[in-house]
Amino acid sequence: MIIGKSVTRVDALDKVTGRSKYTDDLCEKNALVAKIYHSTKANGVVTSIDTSEAEKIPGVVKIVTCFDVPKIYFPTAGHPWSTDPSHQDVADRLLLTDRVRFCGDDVAAVIAENEIAAKQAIAALKVEYEEYPFVLDVQEAMADGAPCLHEKYPGNVLGHSSIRKGNLEEAIKEPGLIKVDQWYDTPVVQHCHIENHICFASMENGKISVVSSTQIPHIVRRVVGQALGIPWGSVRIIKPYIGGGFGNKQDALYEPLCAYLSKVVGGRLVKLDVTREETFVSNRTRHAIRSHIISWVRPDGTFAARKLECFSNQGAYASHGHGIAAKGMNAFPQLYPCENIECDAYTVFTNMPVAGAMRGYGIPQAMFPVESQTDDIALAIGMDPVEFRRKNLMPVGYVDGFSKNENYYDTFNQCLEKGKAYIDFDRKRKEYENQTGPVRKGVGCSVFWYNTAVWPISLESASCRMVLNQDGSVQVQLAETEIGQGADTAFAQMTAATLGIPFEMVHVISCQDTDITPFGTGSYASRQTYVGGFAIKQTALLLKERILKYAYELTRMPSFNLDIKDGKIVRTTDGRELMTLGELSTEALYSLSHSEHLTSESTYQIKSNAYSFGCCFAEVEVDIPMCKVKLVNIINVHDCGQLINPALAEAQVHGGMSMGIGYALSEQLLIDAKTGKTLNDNLLDYKLSTTMDHPHLEAQFVENYEPTSAFGTKSLGEPPACPVAPAIRNAILNATGVSMYQIPMTSQALFKRFKEEELF
Amino acid sequence: MPAQYKLVKCTINGKYTETMVDVRASLTDLLRDDYRLTSVKKGCEVGECGACNVIIDHECFNSCIYLAVWADGKSITTLESLMGPNGELSDIQQAFIDEAAVQCGFCTPGFIMSAVEILESGKEYTRDELRKLMSGHLCRCTGYENILNAVEKTMLRRLGKLPS
Repeated sequence: MIIGKSVTRVDALDKVTGRSKYTDDLCEKNALVAKIYHSTKANGVVTSIDTSEAEKIPGVVKIVTCFDVPKIYFPTAGHPWSTDPSHQDVADRLLLTDRVRFCGDDVAAVIAENEIAAKQAIAALKVEYEEYPFVLDVQEAMADGAPCLHEKYPGNVLGHSSIRKGNLEEAIKEPGLIKVDQWYDTPVVQHCHIENHICFASMENGKISVVSSTQIPHIVRRVVGQALGIPWGSVRIIKPYIGGGFGNKQDALYEPLCAYLSKVVGGRLVKLDVTREETFVSNRTRHAIRSHIISWVRPDGTFAARKLECFSNQGAYASHGHGIAAKGMNAFPQLYPCENIECDAYTVFTNMPVAGAMRGYGIPQAMFPVESQTDDIALAIGMDPVEFRRKNLMPVGYVDGFSKNENYYDTFNQCLEKGKAYIDFDRKRKEYENQTGPVRKGVGCSVFWYNTAVWPISLESASCRMVLNQDGSVQVQLAETEIGQGADTAFAQMTAATLGIPFEMVHVISCQDTDITPFGTGSYASRQTYVGGFAIKQTALLLKERILKYAYELTRMPSFNLDIKDGKIVRTTDGRELMTLGELSTEALYSLSHSEHLTSESTYQIKSNAYSFGCCFAEVEVDIPMCKVKLVNIINVHDCGQLINPALAEAQVHGGMSMGIGYALSEQLLIDAKTGKTLNDNLLDYKLSTTMDHPHLEAQFVENYEPTSAFGTKSLGEPPACPVAPAIRNAILNATGVSMYQIPMTSQALFKRFKEEELF
Repeated sequence: MPAQYKLVKCTINGKYTETMVDVRASLTDLLRDDYRLTSVKKGCEVGECGACNVIIDHECFNSCIYLAVWADGKSITTLESLMGPNGELSDIQQAFIDEAAVQCGFCTPGFIMSAVEILESGKEYTRDELRKLMSGHLCRCTGYENILNAVEKTMLRRLGKLPS
């Protein structure tokens, strides 16, 4: 059985030989080079741009400023388009803008014959601004008299949503309740895919063609059309291999500008290669979310009432908007159901770099406060933190009213058991009870809530095309993109399993071209295997039906007595192999009596979603005088349903854990409060985890077959990053008795808290 | 010819070359643009990420902060050189495949070239030593776990301490 087998990635050979082509590898050497002038002011208006010196630089072809571009506002979020205007993404971006809203905003662009000339010209631009006061903090941005970023949003609140259940005011009157009330902060972090965003554009056959490092080619096609005010069909987006995305490339980044720049030089080839520094500041970031949670808990460890307020720092433009904070908030009452709940989520514009989608889409920001408080409550009422979780976690059979997601299995307990056993949790909790030395050990855990894909918030559909070759092998195309996670390999496995052909006979076309690839929305929301699976199964069954119908003509056997097994047409009544699929397809293509190209293509609209749960257990050593945390052991346990490819699933978990470790301990984009400028826009000062910062990463699974799914799968792409930071935080609490309320838990942050708690 | 160009004579993947280079160009530019050796990746262009790592006279360098003119008289090796004449993969390339150490693949060439340098030393390193030796490379996909497995297993196989 090919499903569940750790076959080699279909792209591994090309990647270890350096053959796989990424965007820059495909660009002609004679391309013109574009560079962007970014705002140096956090808030204001550009009053003038003197280009005279820049124009004198040899090699400069054209300078385009914010005063030249069309005033067409467009949205950038990588969401499926909504035909209902009230559900459409906020259109607040211009190709270049005179109204600057953060240090890094796009003001002007230079097209030159080479990179040096382009950079020199950018440096030679003389830009005058009228400066406005700026605001970086969410609470300050919501206060009366705060600078307003967008006229349409007085008060700077982009979105506010709430949940009310039961009667909190009454419930908290119950005598004997223990109240735990705390604020928690998560930082701005960046995706740090190793390939920066890059694209190049040119015009051919009356169309504008953009080759781009993107997760969402078909969405980018629509956005380029919207931004330039041209028909969407006159835009062609090509996505070759991409060097990671993690959500940053789930936005239209610079494809619209690059297309426009090509257009203004008569459709000549223009390359826009973004630097690492620009990636940090002028692409997208993860929203910093500040959460306030109050829990009223009975001494027996049950919740009487809970209140959550979260404030999400959107930065200067809407991008994915309120969806991220809303997702985080919605997880809260589902993970630990409680009769009396009040939740409010606010997404607020500030003059910070723009926040967008990033692996976990609000859930890492929600799990840090929620799971930190879970341990704080357990400590306050003197309960074991795992037992407290078991008592309160979403029960088996729970159904969410909105998504109709159901918790079919005892997943949480199964995952917690595995995690506890691996880390030797109970024994170590006891062993670490009465430590007094300067270096103390601790173990901690966290669970997480996740779902799969975006139904019913948004459209979920996938389209697939399969083409039978002369030799019986099959080409497969989907718009669900390979971005490093291994989607192409999983798709090949699914195709082979459904058609009954060897894995080697499936050829997934990885490079996407919106002129050729079936329509689909791309890679995000951990949707690939779940959503793609439906379209693959339906399309493969359609192709199989056509193959067996043709087999009837060749074998005289009814198609209901025929099957395809291991690439052969088999008579099911006696198991006899009648012919190979290769023989059949050669005959089908070259037959003088009935020639037919056997293909299939279909769209499947998905109207379901699936919970995907798991946990993380971590063990730390905390050097109290040095305020240093050493992570010594860590495990993630996931129930993502049936594993299609266990080795790739494990690798996916490793990567998410690594991102979670950075989120917990070292990563933070720092913005200068005096100027609004980013202080650490490079990989030296921004502390991404290296090989030195990890212990062994253990990934384990509980495989409960997801009943709603075409292949029993559910999400795994994003979940691994979700539970790590709170597990490490809770391990630090176990080691030191000190609760941390913000990440990253750097030495500076630990020093402050250790001092407050009088550890020294 | 303007003064900013210079002739660089060097050996690239075993082949003697002579190239007129802009004195401001990096070795990454020379390898990618003049010889289309596109395994040499650009991730930061300031020596932070390791994606452009190549071997120069048996030692690893970030080619993005190594001027092309410095390559004069040197021998440079990139990932493209590892495959045998009949398409045989090197043991370390095969190990990256077998250990599922490849995801997006963008950092992979740089990592493999550092692994080559480590393996060619003929020394046996502990896992912690390997971590230190590989720490000049950034990867956002793999958490480094399977990359370390690939390097460690290949090292042990070459030393005869693990069956091939």
